[in-house]
Amino acid sequence: MFDTLTDRFDGIFKRLRGRGRLGDAEVGEVLREIRVALLEADVSLEVVRDLIERIRVRCSGAELSKSLTPAQQVIKVVNDELTTTLGGEAFRLTYASRPPTVVLLAGLQGAGKTTAAAALALWFKQQGRHPLLVGADLQRPAAVEQLRVLGRSVGAAVSSDGTDPVAVARKGVDEAIRVGRDVVVVDTAGRLAIDEDLMDEVRRVAAAVKPHYTFFVVDAMTGQDAVRSATAFGEALELDGVILTKVDGDARGGAALSVKHVVGKPIAFVSTGERPESFEAFHPDRMASRILGMGDVLTLIERAEREYDQVAAEKAVERLRSGRFTLEDFHDQLQQMKRMGPLQSVLGMLPGMPKEVRDAQIDDRDVARVEAIIRSMTPAERDDPSLINGSRRLRIAAGSGRSTTDVNNLLRQFKEMQKLMRSGGAMGAVARAGGRKAKKVKGGRVTPSLKDAGSLR
Amino acid sequence: MTVVLIVVIVLLLAVLSAGTVTVVRRNQIDRGPEPEPELRRGRAPVRPAPPSPPDVEPAPPPDDAGPPRGSAGPAGPEPDTKAPGEREHAAPTAQRPRLSDRLGRARNLLGSSLAAIRGRARADDATFDELEEALILADVGLPLTGRLLDGLRSRVRSGEIADSPTALLDALKADVVELFAGEDRDLAYAAESPSVWLFVGVNGVGKTTTIGKLAARESQAGRSVVVAAGDTFRAAAGDQLAMWADRSGAGIVRGADGADPSSVVFDAVQHAAARGADLVLADTAGRLHTKVNLMDELRKVRRVADRPPGHVSEVLLVLDATTGQNGLAQAREFAGAVDVTGVVLTKLDGTAKGGIVCAIRSELGLPIKLVGLGEGADDLVAFDPEEFAEALFS
Repeated sequence: MFDTLTDRFDGIFKRLRGRGRLGDAEVGEVLREIRVALLEADVSLEVVRDLIERIRVRCSGAELSKSLTPAQQVIKVVNDELTTTLGGEAFRLTYASRPPTVVLLAGLQGAGKTTAAAALALWFKQQGRHPLLVGADLQRPAAVEQLRVLGRSVGAAVSSDGTDPVAVARKGVDEAIRVGRDVVVVDTAGRLAIDEDLMDEVRRVAAAVKPHYTFFVVDAMTGQDAVRSATAFGEALELDGVILTKVDGDARGGAALSVKHVVGKPIAFVSTGERPESFEAFHPDRMASRILGMGDVLTLIERAEREYDQVAAEKAVERLRSGRFTLEDFHDQLQQMKRMGPLQSVLGMLPGMPKEVRDAQIDDRDVARVEAIIRSMTPAERDDPSLINGSRRLRIAAGSGRSTTDVNNLLRQFKEMQKLMRSGGAMGAVARAGGRKAKKVKGGRVTPSLKDAGSLR
Repeated sequence: MTVVLIVVIVLLLAVLSAGTVTVVRRNQIDRGPEPEPELRRGRAPVRPAPPSPPDVEPAPPPDDAGPPRGSAGPAGPEPDTKAPGEREHAAPTAQRPRLSDRLGRARNLLGSSLAAIRGRARADDATFDELEEALILADVGLPLTGRLLDGLRSRVRSGEIADSPTALLDALKADVVELFAGEDRDLAYAAESPSVWLFVGVNGVGKTTTIGKLAARESQAGRSVVVAAGDTFRAAAGDQLAMWADRSGAGIVRGADGADPSSVVFDAVQHAAARGADLVLADTAGRLHTKVNLMDELRKVRRVADRPPGHVSEVLLVLDATTGQNGLAQAREFAGAVDVTGVVLTKLDGTAKGGIVCAIRSELGLPIKLVGLGEGADDLVAFDPEEFAEALFS
């Protein structure tokens, strides 16, 4: 997500970088471009005006710092303001002292409430809670059935008993108390903000279950209407936060920038894919960095923390250091890495990745092909690839259903990786591998690098 | 594959470096229980993920297909049955009032941002600014907004348009209508049955609901309809479609969850041909246009559907009226992948104005064929540029 916005900012900052000083004219030019970039990203007109004004005041005002170049200053200001606009501090969820903690989801049709409900249930499970899903969407055909299927897949029970959403929701909470679930996630029907009857219904659902948290679910691809709907929902319900869905497309995420501003509530979660596990807490500061092309290392670390097996990781790092990293280890690591989500999304979190790499289409099936090749090797071969001669190569190719060229490629790449690692540790190897690989696209790279990011903090 | 290898290696090294940090941090943090790993594994090879696209379609009220609840106003003209037996639908005139009714309901609540304009004597810069604002707020997009306003300005300068805000606004509306001039809004049937209409779009735009409505409408028009539950990915999508099919009396062909959608569509076409049905309405799973493998899957669905005895005569891109500038990218990608023949603009009965279809029409030349105005079976009407333009500025 946000990539196009990122690209545009890339272009603007590239030009800034060469400047020694910024006059009012330059600031004006930059602001105009930022305005266009934001509007094309579907940021609400009102928010754009506000943001531009704040950036203008700070850029031309007193906040000049001698230690930063003009470009760095503008980047810092934009970063700060984006962070503020996106929601300042991260949303924190606290649990009710008397369980269950009740969470209500509301939004327009097709925003992704049902999927978000299941994802949220999984998220709560990961936090060590015991969620119950309540299917109060009795409007859309098979919505409850959808929730049941999703509930099964994330291992959360689903309650939907009755024909009236208010009663269903109330019974759901009672059920949670009865069976000792400590979190209840209530999915409601999609509704238009102008539909008085349905808005009244969701108000009554809220009154019946007294949610501790009410989230407005909104599609990241939404345009200027995001603001209108969010306002209307905000008037009808006491919103606590926003769940932004479908951010894995190329939507520029303007809704994200606008909704917080309008509802006055932070974005609490983002859903980055169709799977329930593609769902994470939202961190405005990290998102601002991502928009500015600084990567999102913190999220990467967090995901690694969540998905990576600690012992295996330590072992792998140790082996990397000592240069005894075998294909077997490589295979193990691939398994671990796959758990962190699609490679594409992991890649997007790395800072300093050139646009071409960020945009590279990575098919996760190719990973499966790599695995197939490794699995077709004997343990001895995995341990020492130099054993692999012509006939072994043929056998491996046949066993994995790939060509010998593919096998060769894998072996060659792996060998180079080993060489790199031996000559300077993992981080050095990353730097070099990254640099080498991206050489043809990396010349005159404008993405603010880690160094830039660091100097801003 | 080489690219992936390189990327994998870079990622691996990066992740392991992050992992080093992790190890340090982990020693201080007590982790919660590990989530079951099998939840994360991809299942279907094509899609790296198991269940649940957020393809939440708008829903009809459970059992009555009447006008949507509440403030729908007068029941309006009765269902949109069209003269049966026609090869093509003429835009059903009986439905037209609905569009303005529904839009009016949304727009009146909002009030008009342009009310002030008409009061002014001359068209000054502020007037143009307000027009620009109105277009941007309607999601028309900056490039087209710029073009429309530049055109207006030069015509004001040359005296072609009177220098009054009212004349300006009327000229702008006419320009918007002009964007849609000459578009063929009829839904096409192949010369030989069964015709296949394929429905594509991102998640949650209303594909399944649109098919449900069309199945009812086409059945009422006397055609025998088979719906193909090609969304085998989203949980219970097939059930949702089955309920619609049940209501309209259309036949339905379903596949197992996670089945290849092409095979479901293939079976539906075979089934339709064997039964002598006229029309196959093929649902597909919502997919983001940026997912190359899923777009490839869609190409295959189209190819398979077009294999005799099936003839794909419409590929309809379903677009949510709330969609912003991303809609253009969606239209471009879907059009490139499966030769989209027209656009269905859904959920136009809300506060969203759907201005992005102007950009889509202007840049890609795709006709806008249908408009969704509610959740009832008869809330799908032909697109009317005049009313649309009127609503854009109301």
